[in-house]
Amino acid sequence: MIMRREILPLSIFGALAVLPLLGSFGSDAFILSIVARVMIFAIAALSLDLILGYGALVSFGHAAFLGIGAYAVGILSAHGIREAAIQIPVALFVSALFALVTGAISLRTKGIYFIMITLAFGQMAYFFGVSLAAYGGDDGMTLPGRSLFFGYDIAASERAFYFLVFAFLVVVYAACRTLVISRFGRVIRGARENAQRMEAIGFSLFSYQLTIYVIAGTLCGLAGFLLANQTQFVSPAYMTWQRSGELIVMVLLGGLGSLNGAILGAAAFLLLEEGLSHLTEYWKLYFGPFLVLVVLFARGGLMGGFKRLTGTGDGR
Amino acid sequence: MMKAKLFVTLGAVALMAGSAAAQEKLKVGIVVTLSGPSAVLGQQARDGFNLAVKQMGGKLGGLDTEVIVVDDELKPDVAVNKVKGLVERDQVNFVVGPIFSNVLQAIHKPVVDSNAFLISPNAGTSNFAGPQCNPNFFVTSYQNDQVHEVLGKTAQDKGYKRLFLLAPNYQAGKDSLAGVKRHFKGEIVGEVYTPLGQLDFSAELAQIAAAKPDAVFAFMPGGMGVNLVRQYRQAGLANIPFLSAFTVDESTLPAQKEAAIGFFGGANWAPDMKNPQNEAFVKAYEAAYNSVPGTYAMQAYDAALLIDAAIKSAGGKLSDKNALRAGLKKADFQSLRGNFKIGVNGYPIQDFYLVQVVQRPDGKFATSLREKVFSDYVDVYAKDCKPSN
Amino acid sequence: MSLTLLYVQTLNGLQLGVLLFLIAAGLTLVFGVMDFVNLAHGVQYMIGAYLAAMFTALTGNFFFGLALALPCALLFGLLLEFFIFRHLYARDHLDQVLATFGIILTLNQAVKVIWGAAPLSVPIPEIFSGSVVLMPGLLYPVWRLVIIASGLAIALLLGLLVTKTRIGMLVRAGATNAPMVSALGVDIGRLFMIVFGFGAMLAGFAGAMVAPILSVEPGMGDNLLILTFVVIVIGGIGSIRGAFIAALLVGLVDTLGRSFGPSILRAFLDPAAASQTGRALAPMLIYILMAAVLFFRPAGLFPAKK
Repeated sequence: MIMRREILPLSIFGALAVLPLLGSFGSDAFILSIVARVMIFAIAALSLDLILGYGALVSFGHAAFLGIGAYAVGILSAHGIREAAIQIPVALFVSALFALVTGAISLRTKGIYFIMITLAFGQMAYFFGVSLAAYGGDDGMTLPGRSLFFGYDIAASERAFYFLVFAFLVVVYAACRTLVISRFGRVIRGARENAQRMEAIGFSLFSYQLTIYVIAGTLCGLAGFLLANQTQFVSPAYMTWQRSGELIVMVLLGGLGSLNGAILGAAAFLLLEEGLSHLTEYWKLYFGPFLVLVVLFARGGLMGGFKRLTGTGDGR
Repeated sequence: MMKAKLFVTLGAVALMAGSAAAQEKLKVGIVVTLSGPSAVLGQQARDGFNLAVKQMGGKLGGLDTEVIVVDDELKPDVAVNKVKGLVERDQVNFVVGPIFSNVLQAIHKPVVDSNAFLISPNAGTSNFAGPQCNPNFFVTSYQNDQVHEVLGKTAQDKGYKRLFLLAPNYQAGKDSLAGVKRHFKGEIVGEVYTPLGQLDFSAELAQIAAAKPDAVFAFMPGGMGVNLVRQYRQAGLANIPFLSAFTVDESTLPAQKEAAIGFFGGANWAPDMKNPQNEAFVKAYEAAYNSVPGTYAMQAYDAALLIDAAIKSAGGKLSDKNALRAGLKKADFQSLRGNFKIGVNGYPIQDFYLVQVVQRPDGKFATSLREKVFSDYVDVYAKDCKPSN
Repeated sequence: MSLTLLYVQTLNGLQLGVLLFLIAAGLTLVFGVMDFVNLAHGVQYMIGAYLAAMFTALTGNFFFGLALALPCALLFGLLLEFFIFRHLYARDHLDQVLATFGIILTLNQAVKVIWGAAPLSVPIPEIFSGSVVLMPGLLYPVWRLVIIASGLAIALLLGLLVTKTRIGMLVRAGATNAPMVSALGVDIGRLFMIVFGFGAMLAGFAGAMVAPILSVEPGMGDNLLILTFVVIVIGGIGSIRGAFIAALLVGLVDTLGRSFGPSILRAFLDPAAASQTGRALAPMLIYILMAAVLFFRPAGLFPAKK
């Protein structure tokens, strides 16, 4: 049973690992950059799934962390600091700090009020980005190149960057898996099922929820660091509420609270967007009804469908 | 032995045929905004370019031409992805786009670092005109500031003493007002920045009414401009001269209609410009797309002519990038706007006019040339461009 | 910063407020009574504006256009309810978010296919065009006064409907405890449908009323939807009174903050810094307001559920 449950993640990561080695297909820089983008958003979706799927905390401002991570790269680069060994810690630290402050305030509220207060903080981050005139303001800023790793420009080629993102995805996925099956993760899930009972048996839910919120924000900041490097461009557009909404849609499309679903959802969303928009200018006319149909007829998103197909139980 | 030789010969023939076929086919990628409220600008650019290709029998520079259109959705990271698809997967020779400055910032590097040339039919930011100019980047529109400068110069020349400025709160808005102030030396009685995408200007109009300026300058592109112009007239302010940039043009006039009549804009062209090429262009565009072309369509049409001229001057050899670049710099074609040269930074050197909104005899609304404000105007950043880099 | 300007801006804030109320009223009821998150509510506003633009162009008269647009907006809302939304009431909020997000994408694209990407416009009805002098030096467009008046009238009507009639009582009871209302033998399905259709029509009415002053364009409901959510969350979900007060609050804070923020800051900072900070802060104001309200009252100003 354990083995069957591992089939999906093993095949996902296996496919991602061999893709660049598949002859002409794998040497196509465009395909590599599309899949790298999918993996970056998969990291963001994984981090959102931690709070959305496991914590039942619907954050509608998660894209703010993408922006914070990206701006850490942009602002440091603008001052000549292109070293990832400096940029990544800064990106993670600022994301964590922002999550700590906004989380401490937001977690006072519940349900839709939580959704809206996280939206409020997301919007504040967005407008702050717009007001950064020295760093391009609304237009955003172009980076001089990808980040350096210990002084070496090893991420410059699409293939090298691909493996870099892949490595980060594996690490983040492993960390999230460890987290959700730990005692800490069980408390978080317990709170999702019955918050009052957890409080009654002596857990201070607030500190647990704040911790997971900070972890999720920090991981999404890492995705922001990678996104800035992939596009070599930083802009407030990474922080719009529409982008936060898209992240939620990715997680839901894949299937809530199953980590694998977050990766599948990000892939399905971005590849459908890429594929359909290549076929027709009116691709949203097809994508919109697709989402509605998924909700109506494929409960639990793609993972729900996968579980029904394979007969595996609750993958949580 | 004979057989082997034959195979070799056949192979060589096939190879030559292959390379000849590869040279005969030109691929152009168009990346413009085709979704959201600003989609109409992208549609004009796309239609203008396609019209030129159609009129030349589907051939630019004598080569069969494939045009691939993609929508940047006005999202910079989406645009980067689409552009990478164009240059890496589709192997286009030219990328034509975008409409918006923030998208240009994002796609500039991926294109100019690739094997393709980037030709902007609209966005012309200051950074790429100055120190960051690039030999693979050309512009068929203008340097953004120049259009705003037209109105600043006009306000100064007409002797207005007190000017009220209005622009959206983003980089282009700030650049816009800086451009106006470069030539206007009178008093600025109000300088208001509104949130991008704001549609109700009642608060700002009340401030204008209270300030009683000699004239108003506004930069409000797209839907914002539609609303501002109509509300400006509704608020009874139309007796105060309305100078604007990208606020009253052929993309917004179908919605502004009578409300915009008499309002001023700055431009490098207007549909009623008198030259045979232009008259034919406007007629063909209106017949094909049932709307009056704006500068977006004209500049994209010129972009196609520029590519055509460059390929001809390079003798049809798409692989010879230096010859193509020389051809692009020479810009040996008859622009719809008449006077047109490419400057040292890849941006145009051209004339600028004050234009005014009129209703044509056929009932449609359009801008109309009033007076020439600048001749052979070079943007102020060109002197910072060192062509060696 | 003259007094006249303050009056004008207050009127403008009021106008934005009643507009937000018209949209928020339906949303807060749908949310409160049915516990249904309808992101597609902003689309109803857009549909109302497009229908008004189309029928006004066809009939040549705004009021005929409005009269035709309202039943069509109602019908459209009911169709959506019948085919999609009623299958989602029992689902959790996130399923509803995903499905209604899909509807936003579809309809924003659909209006572009049907009516084109270029913004449409509707002329102001002849008898309400122009401006009136409210006091010396204070000129105000008549149509905006019409919007304010009709919005206030509808607010009053809605207040009476909710407090004095049987159906209003059921709605209030539903917002507080829906399963109980259902247990008492009320046809909750029909109640949901009525509330939903009514909310859709109110949003459509708001769209039609602003069509003469704002351009009618694809996606015009998206940003307003976010503002509307801000309103109902500040007001407390399910509360008409809360939505009304919060709508006016948001309208006034946004409008007055934008025009007077920089001048107020100038009292504390030097002019350049004041205008810089003011510009950065102005668009954030309502979000700061919402965060502050939720910080002190985590369920909004007038929570319906006890």
